[in-house]
Amino acid sequence: MNQDLRREREAASFNPELLTHVLDGSPENTRRRREIENLILNDPDFQHEDLNFLTRSQRYEVAVRKSANMVKKMRDFGIADPEEIMWFKKVHLVNFVEPVGLNYSMFIPTLLNQGTTAQQEKWLLSSKGLQIIGTYAQTEMGHGTHLRGLETTATYDPETQEFILNSPTVTSIKWWPGGLGKTSNHAIVLAQLITKGKCYGLHAFIVPIREIGTHKPLPGITVGDIGPKFGYDEMDNGYLKMDNYRIPRENMLMKYAQVKPDGTYVKPVSNKLTYGTMVFVRSFLVGEAARSLSKACTIAIRYSAVRHQSEIKPGEPEPQILDFQTQQYKLFPLLATAYAFQFVGAYMKETYHRINEDIGHGDLSELPELHALTAGLKAFTSWTTNAAIEACRMACGGHGYSHCSGLPNIYVTFTPTCTFEGENTVMMLQTARFLMKSYDQVHSGKLVCGMVSYLNDLPTQRIQPQQVAVWPTVVDIDSPDSLTEAYKLRAARLVEIAAKNLQNEVIRRESKEVAWNLTSVDLVRASEAHCHYVVVKLFSEKLLKIQDKSIHTVLRNLCLLYCLYGISQKAGDFLQGSIMTESQITQVNQRIKELLTAVRPDAVALVDAFDFKDVTLGSVLGRYDGNVYEHLFEWAKKSPLNKAEVHESYYKHLKPLQSKL
Amino acid sequence: MGSPVHRVSLGDTWSTQVHPDIESERYIQSFNVERLINILDGGAQNTALRRKVESIIHSDPEFSLKDNYFMTQNERYEAAVKRKCHLQTIAKRQGWSEGSPELYYSYRTLSGDLAFSIHTVFLKSLKSLGSEEQIAKWAPLCNDFQIIATYAQTELGHGTYLQGLETEATYDAATQEFVVHSPTMTATKWWPGDLGRSATHALVQAQLICSGARQGMHAFIVPIRSLQDHTPLPGVTVGDIGPKMGFHHIDHGFLRLDHVRIPRENMLSRFAQVLPDGTYLKVGSLQINYLSMVVMRVDLLLGEIIPMLQKACVIAIRYSVIRHQSSLRPSGPEVKILDYQTQQHKLLPQLATVYAFHFLASNLLKFFHSSYSAILNRDFSHLPELHALSAGIKAMVSDLCLQGTELCRRACGGHGYSKLSGLPSLVSRVTASCTYEGENTVLYLQTARFLVKNYLQAHGSLGSTSQIFLPKSIAYLTTPYQARCPAQKAADFLHAKLYTAAWAHVAARLIKDSAHHLQTLMQSGADWDEAWNQSTVLHLQAAKAHCYYISVKNFTETLDKLENEPAIQQVLKRLCDLYALHSILTNSGDFLHDGFLSGTQVDAVRTAYLNLLLLIRKDAILLTDAFDFTDHCLNSALGCYDGNVYERLFHWAQRSPTNTQGNPAYEKYIKPLLQSWRSKL
Repeated sequence: MNQDLRREREAASFNPELLTHVLDGSPENTRRRREIENLILNDPDFQHEDLNFLTRSQRYEVAVRKSANMVKKMRDFGIADPEEIMWFKKVHLVNFVEPVGLNYSMFIPTLLNQGTTAQQEKWLLSSKGLQIIGTYAQTEMGHGTHLRGLETTATYDPETQEFILNSPTVTSIKWWPGGLGKTSNHAIVLAQLITKGKCYGLHAFIVPIREIGTHKPLPGITVGDIGPKFGYDEMDNGYLKMDNYRIPRENMLMKYAQVKPDGTYVKPVSNKLTYGTMVFVRSFLVGEAARSLSKACTIAIRYSAVRHQSEIKPGEPEPQILDFQTQQYKLFPLLATAYAFQFVGAYMKETYHRINEDIGHGDLSELPELHALTAGLKAFTSWTTNAAIEACRMACGGHGYSHCSGLPNIYVTFTPTCTFEGENTVMMLQTARFLMKSYDQVHSGKLVCGMVSYLNDLPTQRIQPQQVAVWPTVVDIDSPDSLTEAYKLRAARLVEIAAKNLQNEVIRRESKEVAWNLTSVDLVRASEAHCHYVVVKLFSEKLLKIQDKSIHTVLRNLCLLYCLYGISQKAGDFLQGSIMTESQITQVNQRIKELLTAVRPDAVALVDAFDFKDVTLGSVLGRYDGNVYEHLFEWAKKSPLNKAEVHESYYKHLKPLQSKL
Repeated sequence: MGSPVHRVSLGDTWSTQVHPDIESERYIQSFNVERLINILDGGAQNTALRRKVESIIHSDPEFSLKDNYFMTQNERYEAAVKRKCHLQTIAKRQGWSEGSPELYYSYRTLSGDLAFSIHTVFLKSLKSLGSEEQIAKWAPLCNDFQIIATYAQTELGHGTYLQGLETEATYDAATQEFVVHSPTMTATKWWPGDLGRSATHALVQAQLICSGARQGMHAFIVPIRSLQDHTPLPGVTVGDIGPKMGFHHIDHGFLRLDHVRIPRENMLSRFAQVLPDGTYLKVGSLQINYLSMVVMRVDLLLGEIIPMLQKACVIAIRYSVIRHQSSLRPSGPEVKILDYQTQQHKLLPQLATVYAFHFLASNLLKFFHSSYSAILNRDFSHLPELHALSAGIKAMVSDLCLQGTELCRRACGGHGYSKLSGLPSLVSRVTASCTYEGENTVLYLQTARFLVKNYLQAHGSLGSTSQIFLPKSIAYLTTPYQARCPAQKAADFLHAKLYTAAWAHVAARLIKDSAHHLQTLMQSGADWDEAWNQSTVLHLQAAKAHCYYISVKNFTETLDKLENEPAIQQVLKRLCDLYALHSILTNSGDFLHDGFLSGTQVDAVRTAYLNLLLLIRKDAILLTDAFDFTDHCLNSALGCYDGNVYERLFHWAQRSPTNTQGNPAYEKYIKPLLQSWRSKL
């Protein structure tokens, strides 16, 4: 092991193994996760090739091979629990990108949520065993997050009891679904349902797209790959165009809405239930943000402990770059963020399961808040993580730009999270809609509950957005609870400002929608502040559950750093709202620097606690043993450009040029 | 469909007509776009010349970039070499010489997708660091491509910090040769462009050792590949460093030298030389080694970094008038996404920023040229200011261009993730500029060092302002400034003097704070270096504020010179206002901190800012048209002039090799997977 890393690990103030247990939820979870990871690492069928040297087609092929292999292995090993499947995939796939992934993440859950028992019987078993491969086709070339704008039509024909599917325009071509381009033979297609001459809005249909046996597109179906992307090289994101393509009536998912054989439309009882899948996916994405950011921090911090550069004092040897205050200031707040998001991710997962049970018992009361919260937190965590991964990459200097660092790959794989499953700005505005509704509710005299309950205090506080208000608390910058209060006040203030500005616009404008649009920058700001408060609150509440003293101390420092760094970045909000004074902001900035120093000795142990295998990190810079430079050189030699000592373009282009000039 | 396309377009069947949604944006022209194009080009004659070059290049199919997105690293490299060779042949025929505007415009037209770009860097370093004899010997060889040269500074273990480099050049007086050597693994040269597969010579930065003494970094011309068969010379290990985030067409390389001998004459000796007997002679300032880096940084701004954000703005803003989503009234039609306030809030500040940077970089270039000739004549008086300005501005421009380009990419939703949008390639290329030619944090700190030193000198250690001469760009440090902003309403914030003074106030305060923090630490016993490291976070903020101030001030001064162009002055004034107010809002804490702005004033800034978005919205398409990129050069399915986004996207996707070639994965893996299903049928 590299000497620097050895020293760092020996000097840590806590045992990272205990922190790993906290992150996994329990020692038992850690044990089982490692057991599963070792199944893969010890499996002779498991080969990890470096995808960086392959072409896109080759990468797709590797991914399909791994997917096929994985289905078999999971069956062999008896891995069926969703959590365990995720652990398995984490090591097996490294980036979670698999052409058959949508079959599990969207096709099957939608079938479960929206299919009748008969439909589940017909499709579920074969799709679970990958005997049919399904995907989920919602987005169209011209239409994304705004569902009502989708143009694909499914027109019912009572004569034959079939639906006729059509893509009437170029913009209506289904575009982006994963696994659609080359892999899937079925798709759940979202289309405008038309029966008896009337349009009833979007409904889901199971559409066979490729012939079993030959895998050729069926007549009436045009399907293909949408071409190269920023990342996701392994994935065949596809397009789908349908021309008078007929499917039986039974292929419409009919658990809620139905079309009778004669074409009569039966309305669903509640449309809230269709939120289920979206809420699930978005809450999963919050955890995904935490994992991606944790990986990036692991690489950047280990490398910063190995890399030496420049001088702090003339004449002394070059210090580890992790000793530079600017490097700590770049990385440690991100490390604190990674921990914050880990806990938020765990919370989202628990909440989803809890509320899902309620829904099972017919209790939908918490669904609107959960929906609003997942939308906002998905946007908040993915925006933050997106910028943070880039910051980690750049903190590695030039080498961060090379694929050997693994960071470009983490970035391009993560960044679509900002736009898929609901574009982030639209998500923030959904949360804002909920906040505005809650605000109105409070002002009409009703109390609100859950994460927005702080709005109940607003009428008594008489907050005047532009004047100094008397806040009920004095912020103690050394107390996570007190800082949570400060974030709460900021959120309350920004929600109130947005609400008032919205009211003013509503009076002046022709329609509510125009007024909404002219307030939307404020509304997004309010949602961000709300989400920031939720993250801070969850982090500080997590501290209460930590038993081990050394772990508690180090997590408390990270929590403080997360809170104070956020205040420092948004100082304007805290000053303008008179939540904090100028001298407190100065103290905050000073305290941040002290915390950087406090975190420094534990930095490597803190990333070790994430417990990523080298294979999962896929990074020469982030290797556990820290032997970076030797492996960098070995890695480079494998570059396709190095295959021949003299590249063929020398003979083809260079030599002729020299003779010409 | 609308009217016929009158600009260079890609010649697809549907592109003979402009999409009505973008045509309507061009219907009312509040200013003359062609005049603005001329201003950005620096004169109508430049516009004409640029377009002439563009038409020569676009009419030649050898230069097509359209398959770029479908190529492997190897194919991209080969295509870039081929294009460069072809361009050289044309340049010879047309009489375009090295350094001519025609070649500059060719580079722009081809988005720099050419091999041997560091060849030019070598030439520039040669001309700034080489003696007249050396220039006379090597420059013609370069110009005729008898040799292909690169510039090798960065090492595997060492980057921006020059003194840390390990490569050694030891003078051997007996043979009058230097022995150039890589003593450790970390001394391996790493990253130089064109080094991996192309270069025959490298300008190697190495520690000079002569007569037993280390003399610091110097530049040596080292032959690395045979001029007969291109194989590496004895003692030379050289190759490509492997796949990267971007720059797939460039063979960034590694280089290990094992006691390679070169003649004494191969050390560049304008500012330092080694005599035959090993005597070391120096005729320059310590900072002279930075000169090549200053040259490169200044060139990069307009040649490489700023066009990336310009293109991203063109693509994202054009796409935002074609894309419709949701409606602004119940059952109303879906509206252009550019009509959403949140979309304007994402894109228009980027547009304003890139205009600000264009003028900033143009003026820095002028300052550079005036100082450069003096420096070559060994007058170094402007060098510290030039170095500080170019370092800080490079850091700021690359930081914000990266952020802006990525924002534009994400503002295009899912399609921004497709390479066919052109945006991923822009992002992955501009992001490299944040770490190459000086990592940005290090650069900001170099600027901060200049600021803090001058502040301390000007104010003396006792805090009394002594009248010393400060360089022009920091003269504001000794100007008394207002303690409170006098603005009373939103409209007051549309005065250039007012927001320039606001930034001067904040920059001066942060520089003062950082200097005082440093002094306090030293008074409590820390030495300068320790104290410096412990205040770097503050220095960083101070340097950033200084750069904001410089860029705002520069934009307003540029506007003053446009009084003969009132319509253009008006539209650019709005961009300038937006740039300034956006920067105040994103840093509002700094303005509120000492009460310079009150909470009410910040709200007024926000009001003024939101109003500006609506005004600029009207001219947004014309303002992007004014960058005058051809469709070939943009190479984007989303950003073409005619606005026919969806047809082009569908058409381009079908050309992907994943669609034109078979699917071997089906036969190998998918089919066996599906077998059990068939047996049940």
